[in-house]
Amino acid sequence: MNHMKPTPHDAAPLHVTGAARYIDDIPMPKNALSLAFGLSDVAHGKITAMDLDAVRSADGVVAVITADDLPASNDVSPSVHDEPMLANGTVHYIGQPIFLVIADTHLNARKAARMGKVEIQPLPAILTIDQAIAADSKFEDPIRFLKGEPDSAMKSAPHQISGSIEIGGQEHFYLEGQAASALPQENGDMLVHSSTQHPTEVQHKVAESLGLPFNAVRVETRRMGGGFGGKESQANALACACAVAARITNRPCKMRYDRDDDMMITGKRHDFRINYQVGFDDDGTLQSVMMEHFVRCGWAQDLSLPVADRAMLHSDNAYHLPHAKIISHRLKTNTQSATAYRGFGGPQGVVAIERVIDEVAHYLGRDPLEIRRANFYENGQTTPYHMTIEDSVIAPLVDQLAKASDYANRRLAIESENRANPDAILKRGIALTPVKFGISFTLTHLNQAGALVHIYADGSVHLNHGGTEMGQGLFTKVAQVAAHEFGLPLDMIKITASDTAKVPNTSATAASSGSDLNGMAVRDACHTLKGRIAAFFAIHFETDAAVEFVDGMVRAGSHEMTFADAASLAYQNRISLSATGFYATPKIKWDRMAGRGRPFFYFAYGAAVTEVVVDTLTGENRILRTDILHDVGASLNPAIDIGQIEGGYVQGAGWLTTEELVWDDKGNLRTHAPSTYKIPACSDRPRVFNVELFDNENAEDTIYRSKAVGEPPFMLGISAFHALSHAVGYAGASDIYPNLNAPATPEELLRAVYRNADGTDAF
Amino acid sequence: MTKITMTVNGKAASADVSDNTLLVEYIREHLRLTGTHVGCDTSQCGACVVHVNGQAMKSCTMLAAAAEGAEVTTVEGLAASKDDLHPMQLAFKENHGLQCGFCTPGMIMTATDMVKRYQEAGKELTEDAIRHELEGNICRCTGYHNIVKSIQDGASKMTTA
Repeated sequence: MNHMKPTPHDAAPLHVTGAARYIDDIPMPKNALSLAFGLSDVAHGKITAMDLDAVRSADGVVAVITADDLPASNDVSPSVHDEPMLANGTVHYIGQPIFLVIADTHLNARKAARMGKVEIQPLPAILTIDQAIAADSKFEDPIRFLKGEPDSAMKSAPHQISGSIEIGGQEHFYLEGQAASALPQENGDMLVHSSTQHPTEVQHKVAESLGLPFNAVRVETRRMGGGFGGKESQANALACACAVAARITNRPCKMRYDRDDDMMITGKRHDFRINYQVGFDDDGTLQSVMMEHFVRCGWAQDLSLPVADRAMLHSDNAYHLPHAKIISHRLKTNTQSATAYRGFGGPQGVVAIERVIDEVAHYLGRDPLEIRRANFYENGQTTPYHMTIEDSVIAPLVDQLAKASDYANRRLAIESENRANPDAILKRGIALTPVKFGISFTLTHLNQAGALVHIYADGSVHLNHGGTEMGQGLFTKVAQVAAHEFGLPLDMIKITASDTAKVPNTSATAASSGSDLNGMAVRDACHTLKGRIAAFFAIHFETDAAVEFVDGMVRAGSHEMTFADAASLAYQNRISLSATGFYATPKIKWDRMAGRGRPFFYFAYGAAVTEVVVDTLTGENRILRTDILHDVGASLNPAIDIGQIEGGYVQGAGWLTTEELVWDDKGNLRTHAPSTYKIPACSDRPRVFNVELFDNENAEDTIYRSKAVGEPPFMLGISAFHALSHAVGYAGASDIYPNLNAPATPEELLRAVYRNADGTDAF
Repeated sequence: MTKITMTVNGKAASADVSDNTLLVEYIREHLRLTGTHVGCDTSQCGACVVHVNGQAMKSCTMLAAAAEGAEVTTVEGLAASKDDLHPMQLAFKENHGLQCGFCTPGMIMTATDMVKRYQEAGKELTEDAIRHELEGNICRCTGYHNIVKSIQDGASKMTTA
């Protein structure tokens, strides 16, 4: 199989010299102003009085804006217009913006924002899943997937287990916090720079907030310092604040959240409780699976419905469920509005079915890998949402990984060591978990992309498309597509910032879709341009020879010239050298209310083996070794893809181990800085880390038969969670399933170690 | 206001700044050297690391006035000349030691300081030592694998000179 070149990230020379510009690095005019929000310190309540005099008279403050001062729309929601930029009479969570300070400097704006005296009459706050269930607080009625006859199949199954798992949320912690700027243009137009995965949505929200048509707002995004889903909708508020402040002051305005504000204001990964019931036979073959998802969505709807949908769509992971019932409750709480995060609900769905498989294995006294293998999809079987699986490679992929990692022998060695030394303080554990992840936006119309390609008369190429760069290497990959099509070296392709004035009506760079969609759109534009040059060559040189674009040359039979000369000649002969490209994903069709259809064009597959060691006195633990085999189809760039896999694994393992969000009983997030919220450091990465790409062309006709890579490897981190479960299973009441909740913090591991013999908590 | 004078990337720099001006603020906003980033504002993520008198410092929690008279080097001043890359910069580029790039300048400044200290002390910079030394620099993208590889590669090309 042909992989393309492992070219370094296009901006690497800029990053290593500090020359790459993020929003806060773009020079602003001298009269530019800085902004900060004043935040609610009550989780739910009516605003009864606001005294902002001290804010207005604070050093450097130019103006203070409340909801009443806004020129047009007060809404930054990406979905159902339920998210005012500034609280409108009622506050819904601690951290909600109430007023906007416009000052001369970032520090003065922040200082002044703390001086507001806002009186809030508290209302009952719904903070937890249990409180939301009790109050029936929700965004829509439960959604159900039904396949076969799960109730009767459950009753007739030889064995049944039921249980529940709590799965925590996750802070994105993009290294570059949220940031935006706005520069007023002539005639009321606005130019916005935004650190966003979705420039088109920022354009729409800014236009609405100014009462302008979309064509009066231009949004540019060259890069983000990380996104992970956290800049899909959460960037809207800053861009709108900048635009409104720029309109009111007629001066350029910039806003960046300091890290604490960022963590208090913005949404995070949804936390879930998933109750499950499973029926299976003596071999561990699943006969019926029922799951009930309780999803804590926070105060505004945001993207929660499709997130919760995707969790349901991954409640099978790589396993055939002959009979299945999946129910999902979308709960409304007075906390930050949970939002997109790498995997978009998929990881939570996968965690639950992996828990089920692991618990079945424990019940039967078998290696969980045997149970996994017994239930892997075979092509031709259907999912709980009635899509036929056609491209599964999970069984051979897992076989290859199990062999390469020596899984069986290592597991045996760990088991005999743990059994031989029941009193040993250090316990090792090992687990292999698979991933199958559906690729396409489940909102079908989002699966489209545009591109704009110019060839200048000197043969240099200007490339633009609807995707955004957040470090994932999209711009490099898409430029490789253009270079490949034109037969040019990569340095002839100028990669340019995402810009709503160049490619309109774009979708968010999300759902791992960036290179699938934009790579195809760019190829389409290149084909158009090559077609025009070829047609011109045929007439000009009176030849019917095929025209080739290779090695920097354009060739038609015996006629040959450099690409630059061909561009110049075409220009002189009045051939258009600018083209748009477009792509819409084929084959997909999805009815979310019925839970039926083909929501995904294809699936990406992978598997990981993780070995850990746990100190059973302290709960401290380490990842000793990780082996990964992952399917990216025919890779567009193996170096970039392996980087996504390594980073995804570590972020996924972090989610399930050290990253714990804690809200107190007032609804105040107490983990709002890296001092209290532990994301993986260098010392947390696996001691031994082997990552390989699986040899597998995409069965579907994607860009050069590659596969999406952004989200799927995140779920490889689940193997770390199960390895920890395996290790603590040898401590304490070892015949009881450890039943870990996520994240498996040291405290959670100790809870499992010191449980009573009847399974109840000892402390 | 305080008058401060220091050498930044080999050039004399002086200004009147308010007493509470942070070193990072002075570097970014007064000198317009924006390669030094602010990630967490509280000296935990390491995106703001610069060298002060040859030592790695987190410039987001150091006052500019505290660097009075100091030699400060930022990522922009690390290479021998404008057209050159420092061996550590080259190593990060060639070993795919970055994705979004936001942590990269801080990583490189921490890495060069670490290599220099180990080389001067005649100690071997093992992989374990790199892991330990990087505790104060967070990367959310790469999973650190290629960062460690980059530092090993960069270290092999750096001399104590």
